[in-house]
Amino acid sequence: MLRRVVVTGLGLVTPLGSGVKGKGIDGVWQRILNGEAGANRIEKFDVSDLPCKIAAEIPQANGNGGGEADAGELTFNPDDWVDAKERRRIDDFIVYGLAATDMALEDAGIELKTDAEKERAGAMIGSGIGGLNLIESTTIALHEKGPRRVSPFFIPGSLINLVSGQVSIRHGLKGPNHSVVTACATGVHAIGDAARLIQFGDADIMVAGGAEAPVCRLGIAGFTACKALTTGFNDTPKKASRPYDRDRDGFLMGEGSGIVILEEYEHAKARGAKIYGEIVGYGLSGDAYHITAPAENGDGGYRAMKMALERAGMTTSDIDYVNAHGTSTPKGDEIELRAVERLFADDADGLVMSSTKSATGHLLGAAGAIEAIFSILAMRDNVAPPTINLDNPSVDTPINLAANAKVEKEINAVLSNSFGFGGTNASVIFRRV
Amino acid sequence: MSDIAERVKKITVEHLDVDAAKVEPKASFIDDLGADSLDIVELVMAFEEEFDIEIPDDAAETIQTVGDAIAYIEKNNA
Repeated sequence: MLRRVVVTGLGLVTPLGSGVKGKGIDGVWQRILNGEAGANRIEKFDVSDLPCKIAAEIPQANGNGGGEADAGELTFNPDDWVDAKERRRIDDFIVYGLAATDMALEDAGIELKTDAEKERAGAMIGSGIGGLNLIESTTIALHEKGPRRVSPFFIPGSLINLVSGQVSIRHGLKGPNHSVVTACATGVHAIGDAARLIQFGDADIMVAGGAEAPVCRLGIAGFTACKALTTGFNDTPKKASRPYDRDRDGFLMGEGSGIVILEEYEHAKARGAKIYGEIVGYGLSGDAYHITAPAENGDGGYRAMKMALERAGMTTSDIDYVNAHGTSTPKGDEIELRAVERLFADDADGLVMSSTKSATGHLLGAAGAIEAIFSILAMRDNVAPPTINLDNPSVDTPINLAANAKVEKEINAVLSNSFGFGGTNASVIFRRV
Repeated sequence: MSDIAERVKKITVEHLDVDAAKVEPKASFIDDLGADSLDIVELVMAFEEEFDIEIPDDAAETIQTVGDAIAYIEKNNA
């Protein structure tokens, strides 16, 4: 029989702010429930020739981010997490991943001391793109100054698996050291695959999630070229991410990291850990259809959700909240909505499903991880977070999309979806223990 | 201390994030200042940039202490 896996720690760095040392991530969650949006005009580079001039950036104390100037104690201060010398050698996505991991381990109360403990703990943190800022700046340096000016830290500072690598070095994790790259499905795949390593007995503790820092000229230009980004809300950035609304016109790029601590159930119980919930279902599928567009019939997402339910031994009536992929693209939102309606059938009536991307923007490879965390907190607090900016739904649905207001209800099991370029789909289910 | 020595010291302090008092001529970048092989590559690059010289790889390998760096740059800084 497979071992049981529970969640015992959470860490977040998001456009709505960061978790705080000693206080956890509840401040960020409160802003999500309040219906606030983290979105801003991009100031850190020239956007005059870019069709999309906005993003959901992290409010940062060092002026590096273009997010809110001051998010109070939720303002992300990189100095609190990674010293300046180290930061010069790593791309921001690794900084965010290191910070979120510190928060999650603190939340879980885990400090690995003996070699035996360390060898049973690992990391599985992914990213959609990795060090895009560093790739951009290094390419410019190579072009302007030649190869002798390419930093020796460029490669280890940009590689996607170096979040897991850096985390393992920092915390002494000597177990499985792995990473995931599945575009915008990365966060869910990382959590699901890490849980399997524990289920199979390869580790007792896994640090899992995603980290992303794609906001740079190359990132914005690249995603606008494939017609994925919003371009019509440059003057009203907080209105730009509006899943299911008729006026949506593409996703709002975000940045940050979400990290969960996964732990074998008996291991967590034995040390008296706080248990947020159990990961009971995980489903994966491929569309086999198109490089960027989801299959029109939503079959890939449908099958991922169905597989997760079957793995959990649950039916649709057991699911109390769905955190949707819902990126605010004209086609994708409705395709997912129809797939959920089809799967839930009669249970779709009154099902609460929301897209927290309306508040955070789309964190690409970190999205699935922060949304798994919001799903877990929805279950903890019996409240579904809202889909903000949903003023005029583009289609009718029996599903309650939590338009512009949170929905308080009993929530004992949650499902979270993430889909990525390449036609990759992943769904995960958490249940109250 | 010469102007070159001062600039070498400043770059070393910045790149290795070490206490300026430790950066004396006989200090070894690796043994005394905590640098690793990648740090050395980066430091050499910073010296090249600062002094507008080229330090070939075989010469870079002989630079092990702060004094080595100062001596090499003084000799080659036309």
